[in-house]
Amino acid sequence: MPHRTILHNRVALLLAAAIAAAALTLPFLGFAPNRLLSGRPVALWAALEGAALEGAADWLVLLPGAVVLAVPFLRPGRLVSVAYVAAGVLFAVGLVWLAGEQAARLAANAAPAARTSFGAGFWVMEAAALLAAMDGVRRLGLASAWRIAVGAVAAGLIGVMLASGRLDQLSILKEYANQRDVFAAAVVRHAVLVAAALVPTLLVGVPLGVLAQRVPRVRRAVFPVLNVVQTVPSIALFGLLLAPLSVLANALPGLGIAGVGPVPAVIALTFYSLLPIVRNTVEGLDGVPSAVREAARGMGMTKRQIFLKVEVPLALPVFLSGLRITLVQAVGLAAVAALIGAGGLGAIMFQGLFANALDLVLLGAVPVIVLAVAVDAALKLAVSIIGRRAA
Amino acid sequence: MITFERVTKRFEPWTAVDGVSLTVEAGEFCVLIGPSGSGKSTLMKMVNRLIVPDEGTIRVGGEDIAMLRPEDLRRRMGYVIQNVGLFPHWTVERNIATVPTLLGWPKARVRDRVSDLLDLLKLDARRFRDAYPHQLSGGQQQRVGVARALAAEPAILLMDEPFSALDPITRGALQAEMTAIHKATGTTIVFVTHDMDEALKLANRIAVLDHGRLIQFGPPLEILHRPANDTVRDLIGREDWGLKLLAVETVGQRVRPDVEKVPGAPLPIDAPLRQAIAEMVARGTDRLPVVDARGRPAGVLHLSDVVRS
Ligand SMILES: Nc1ncnc2c1ncn2[C@@H]1O[C@H](COP(=O)(O)OP(=O)(O)OP(=O)(O)O)[C@@H](O)[C@H]1O
Ligand SMILES: [Mg+2]
Repeated sequence: MPHRTILHNRVALLLAAAIAAAALTLPFLGFAPNRLLSGRPVALWAALEGAALEGAADWLVLLPGAVVLAVPFLRPGRLVSVAYVAAGVLFAVGLVWLAGEQAARLAANAAPAARTSFGAGFWVMEAAALLAAMDGVRRLGLASAWRIAVGAVAAGLIGVMLASGRLDQLSILKEYANQRDVFAAAVVRHAVLVAAALVPTLLVGVPLGVLAQRVPRVRRAVFPVLNVVQTVPSIALFGLLLAPLSVLANALPGLGIAGVGPVPAVIALTFYSLLPIVRNTVEGLDGVPSAVREAARGMGMTKRQIFLKVEVPLALPVFLSGLRITLVQAVGLAAVAALIGAGGLGAIMFQGLFANALDLVLLGAVPVIVLAVAVDAALKLAVSIIGRRAA
Repeated sequence: MITFERVTKRFEPWTAVDGVSLTVEAGEFCVLIGPSGSGKSTLMKMVNRLIVPDEGTIRVGGEDIAMLRPEDLRRRMGYVIQNVGLFPHWTVERNIATVPTLLGWPKARVRDRVSDLLDLLKLDARRFRDAYPHQLSGGQQQRVGVARALAAEPAILLMDEPFSALDPITRGALQAEMTAIHKATGTTIVFVTHDMDEALKLANRIAVLDHGRLIQFGPPLEILHRPANDTVRDLIGREDWGLKLLAVETVGQRVRPDVEKVPGAPLPIDAPLRQAIAEMVARGTDRLPVVDARGRPAGVLHLSDVVRS
């Protein structure tokens, strides 16, 4: 190279710039006398100053933050990447810690109704810190199990802080305290909606996929229909189901069906979930090399043995990524189902939206994201474990 | 061992195999050769009922195979294809054990059999037994493919262009292996190829197919000396007919039972003449000593005897 640059990692530079800009110009927290008034901004330096004045330890978040800012200027190497991952995780966790501690300090001199919420600066820095950790993991070239482990460590540290009560003065947790029972029920309902849609999806989707893979006429008929269903906006689909289900409910009152509530939600979720399941079942089976099929037949395996011992295991990784897409999509769509009275975390989100209480919206949205990410990670892990042998 | 009686298979409007009658004797190494699309694969796949004939009867060991359950029939035969088709999610051991497992052999017997086959195919058991197919080279994969086909000690081995995707050196090594395995096991082998050199090297008898018809069926020398028509001549290749003959004929067919003493390392009596010519050129001589299978002097090979027809 004709001239050396001091820049070694463009992604890291971008993230560092975002962190620096957010730290200097955006409010880290917002502090309001009560939940309905908009707050006054609290800058990052103000929070750090608060910690320093009280001799608290949470200013230590500056250390991983400094490492993240320094990485773009360091010569790349394994050690730097390891430090990058660690700093990204610790900075992300530390920001939450600092926010929690600062909220407690602000609450100490304020009325009980006062609220401390995350500001734009917090979100930008938090996102950049997590992206930095992921960028470092990618640079280390780790297997997906390690990537998931890094995510689990970050989630675990935040979980410990939540459990210890150090974050209780944050507005989102105050909302949680008000909604404790509702919240737990909503999480369960949300998971039940997704699981309830999964059962008919698998019962219909897998056989349909197997059939479509074998019979070209079925394949030609199935995919256009499922593709069209995917393009119908979810609210419209819920609406479309309203009429026929209401008719059905009136005709057969004994079945417990209604035009609104969880049943139409599960039906709609099933419709959406079918496409990825059917598509990936077909793709997985299509991916079995024809030579392998011919050899299996030539060895004297029965049709059933070929299906169970050869086709199913070879199609499984592709099928599982279809299942992953289906579940992540269903976790998100189930939030919308609250609009037709299906309950779940979406109900909390909409309640927050209608009451103009942003932290209540967050209380519904954050678990949806966490749930989606966890499902995604678990199935990616399963795919990597199964796919490793058959690579 | 395998008898085709007026067997016909059509893929409308095309007739892939057209009234073929042919008997492969027990223990024979029969090679099917012919231009692309001549019906070689179709004819072979009818033996294990991967394809069902439209007309005619196929008997294996006297039994009409149409009366048997296809799976049972197939488990009695080895089957090797050009694209190998190893099961990618199974280890080498489990791949080889496929048919014995289907037949319900006891575990210990399967394990011993796998060890024997890895030896037979010159695959280091410590290295390959637990390997997955993607960790093997193309040649090693096809060795496993052959081992898998031989696993349940089949009386018949069907091979459809098994070595045509391999490089010449690997192919040569596997051809030599097949000759040795055929000698050692006495398995009846039906082997499809479109490479005449391969056919001449391996076959006891060669069946030439063209447009689904059997044109000629005979030992390599007969194919070379009395090709039935121009298609056979084309398959032999008109230009290097002589070289092909040298590859098939052995020293024993031209040796003079002289007692004359000739210096130099002797040739085995079953070496092909090609090898003898190569030695003569390399040593700059026109005569070579010959020994029989037990290493006793068997005479002298003269260049003039090789050249005379
Ligand atoms: N399943 C099938 N459907 C339609 N036609 C077929 C089918 N299988 C084979 N054929 C036709 O039958 C003829 C003989 O095919 P076959 O595969 O037996 O030829 P081959 O001698 O093995 O040729 P190659 O050397 O190219 O493998 C070809 O013309 C082929 O197109
Ligand atoms: Mg063929």
